[in-house]
Amino acid sequence: MEFWTVFYAVSFYFATFILISGVVYKIYQYAKTPAPLKVPTMPAPLTSSGVVVRILMEVILFKSLFRSNKWIWLFAMMFHGALWIVLLRHVRYFVVEPGLIIDLIQPFGKYGSFIMLFGLLGLFMRRIFVERIRYISSPSDYLMLILLIAIGISGILVSFVTRTDIIQFKAFMLSVVCFQWQHFQLPEYQIPIDAMLLFHLAAVMLLMIIFPISKLLHAPGIFFSPGRNQIDNSREKRHIAPWAVKKFETQQKGN
Amino acid sequence: MAKKANFETPAMRPYPTIPIIKEGVMKGDGPFFAKPDMQEALGYPIELVDNWQQVALDKMGELLTKYRSLRVYLDTCVKCGSCTDKCHYFIGTNDPKNMPVARQDLLRQVYRRYFTFAGKWFPKLVGAKDLTREVLDDWYNYYHQCSQCRRCSVFCPYGIDTAEISMAAREILDVVGIGQKYCNEIIAKVYKIGNNLGLPEPALRNTLEGLEEDIEDETGVKVRLPLDVEGAEILLITPSADFFAEPHIDGLIGYAKVFHEVGASWTLSSYASEAANFGMFIGSYENMRQISLRIHDAAKKLKVKRIIFGECGHAWRVAYSFLNTLAGPFDFLDKRYPVPQHICEYTYDLIQKGALKLNKAANDDMRITFHDSCNVARGSSMGNMPGGQFIIPREVIKACCNNFYDMAPDTIHDETFCCGGGGGLLTDDLMELRVKGVLPRMEALQQVVDDHGVTHLAAICAICKTQFAKILPYYGFEMDQIISIHQLVSNAIELTNVESTDEK
Ligand code: HEM
Ligand code: SF4
Ligand code: SF4
Repeated sequence: MEFWTVFYAVSFYFATFILISGVVYKIYQYAKTPAPLKVPTMPAPLTSSGVVVRILMEVILFKSLFRSNKWIWLFAMMFHGALWIVLLRHVRYFVVEPGLIIDLIQPFGKYGSFIMLFGLLGLFMRRIFVERIRYISSPSDYLMLILLIAIGISGILVSFVTRTDIIQFKAFMLSVVCFQWQHFQLPEYQIPIDAMLLFHLAAVMLLMIIFPISKLLHAPGIFFSPGRNQIDNSREKRHIAPWAVKKFETQQKGN
Repeated sequence: MAKKANFETPAMRPYPTIPIIKEGVMKGDGPFFAKPDMQEALGYPIELVDNWQQVALDKMGELLTKYRSLRVYLDTCVKCGSCTDKCHYFIGTNDPKNMPVARQDLLRQVYRRYFTFAGKWFPKLVGAKDLTREVLDDWYNYYHQCSQCRRCSVFCPYGIDTAEISMAAREILDVVGIGQKYCNEIIAKVYKIGNNLGLPEPALRNTLEGLEEDIEDETGVKVRLPLDVEGAEILLITPSADFFAEPHIDGLIGYAKVFHEVGASWTLSSYASEAANFGMFIGSYENMRQISLRIHDAAKKLKVKRIIFGECGHAWRVAYSFLNTLAGPFDFLDKRYPVPQHICEYTYDLIQKGALKLNKAANDDMRITFHDSCNVARGSSMGNMPGGQFIIPREVIKACCNNFYDMAPDTIHDETFCCGGGGGLLTDDLMELRVKGVLPRMEALQQVVDDHGVTHLAAICAICKTQFAKILPYYGFEMDQIISIHQLVSNAIELTNVESTDEK
């Protein structure tokens, strides 16, 4: 068992635990917090299927952003669109038989990383050069982009330049995912010692850890935004939060 | 021609540009503080409490568990900058703290410091800040430079609504003892007398009688403005400004003529003689509910079957979006009608049915454009169709006049610009803000004036009407260029029902 193999296996479990438990906790917190009044940004859909469409338009196409600012929209679409494809491409490292769809997107995923990088650089340039955006940025906002850019560049280097032994990496990763720790005794299941790969993985794990404590919460958050997920039916239906009911009752007693 | 003042009216821009930021230009002490008796009437401490920091943080913690909007909005902003150029107060003042995201950040920095892991351990990294007196003062100043118009929420990819944040902030400020004079004084008056203007029943009755005489002098028809008539079918709830401010009052006359023409039995209430609900502006569920309950109680006491609201923006938002929730159920009313209805919905239905005889030529001396009031446009709807709040008022206008021209598409409908005086800012101590904040609306108006010879701006909001009447002169217009929609109806309507409606 080599040190790096154990270190990365343990770190991977830790990062995954933080990511999942953190996001689940935040989702639980959002779901539990009541929305005591109807505050959708109008005009809002009159039905729940309308709301589903509205949210999908935001999640997939960034509709509001498109109405607002074409440059941010373009870079954001490049980055997020390519991110999803790249992420899907990575599925092949985690499952034995990835299936047709994952196979089909391999070439797109491979070059998608360049689009992602381009989008990220565009966002980074805006943050530096547009005075208003610079004003609202904290160090963490720049660092987040730098982290993603670093992940992108190291990923590109791993697949195009250093040409890491992907077969061996997959063997390592599958052992981690399937909890087959006995494999780590064998040389063919060690993590490949390639500085660029190790850097890439470390950066990804860092991203996973900060996900639930940072603005990356926008991903689950968008589904809970009352401005976007409420139905316009307040004249037909009352919309009372549990804490408000309690208030109503105590008041009636007081009267 | 522009009016003189101790600040400069911003110059209209030949084409829209995104302003360059000027830090600190709107820094200041904010509007006047509420006096002790007003604070008391609303159940708030009379002055800044000694342990204000703890009280503020406790309140923030409480609000975070009560309002999903606050929690989600404080967490999810990615600082993309999409909203930065969307606020009329930023466009008019260039103060970067009037950019919606920067306004939110005043609260978010404290949220992060005390309620998030990253802010507790790495405050510098994530822009978290301690709640100091300076931060508190910034809250008071800049959360009273937000008219809660929600324009920013239209353009935010997550729908982050700065209005929700500024309501929460104002509630925190009230709870630590620094309320705003204008809002809290008005709410206290509603509790004491029944309306924002503090107009007691006898004075109201007098005013209405005077108006009836005016209408009769003008038209020869006995159009009535009934007050506290038990058993009337319709209860009209209208902003108290409609009782004597210009041009509001012409709108009230318009409603009365419509009711009269179709022989509707209707009444005003002296107990609920106010549509406005300033409880929303200060973010207080409690106060908003108390004021809403007055309408419920008045409807019950007068045994009416329908509730109709007059022209008022935020009143309509509270009525449309919150009234049923806060003061319902209204199961004692006629189930065939939505509760409540807007006067424009009512008039529109009658126009559809052909029940009104409207002579468009009566308004031929005017060329008209329509200002979508933010609370109607982005906080409510009309007519049970998405976008009804844009269609119905325009249809009513077009049915009453021959010359209607819309302003530029990115300044109307849900992209409408605030009049600059909404959200509890319609007070003289905020005059500079009000004049500067209306800049984008004035530019859009100027454009239709130049292109189409528009002479009048119609609105369906009491605050918009008052604000425009006051600030139009700063931009070289006349104060009487703002009109009520039902003023157009009033001019166009031909009264064929010469019998006065009897009180049932
Ligand atoms: C439901 C899924 C998601 C949606 C709908 C979404 C949407 C958006 C939108 C609309 C923006 C604003 C535009 C921009 O600045 O790029 C944004 C920004 C951002 N997103 Fe996402 N996103 C999602 C998932 C993710 C994920 C999984 C990541 C993480 C790795 C991520 C990372 C970022 C970052 C870092 C920014 C800020 C970019 C900047 O600094 O300008 N997003 N997202
Ligand atoms: S709600 Fe309106 S006034 Fe307030 S920040 Fe947003 S755009 Fe500006
Ligand atoms: S548009 Fe929304 S996410 Fe973007 S900076 Fe403004 S508030 Fe934040």
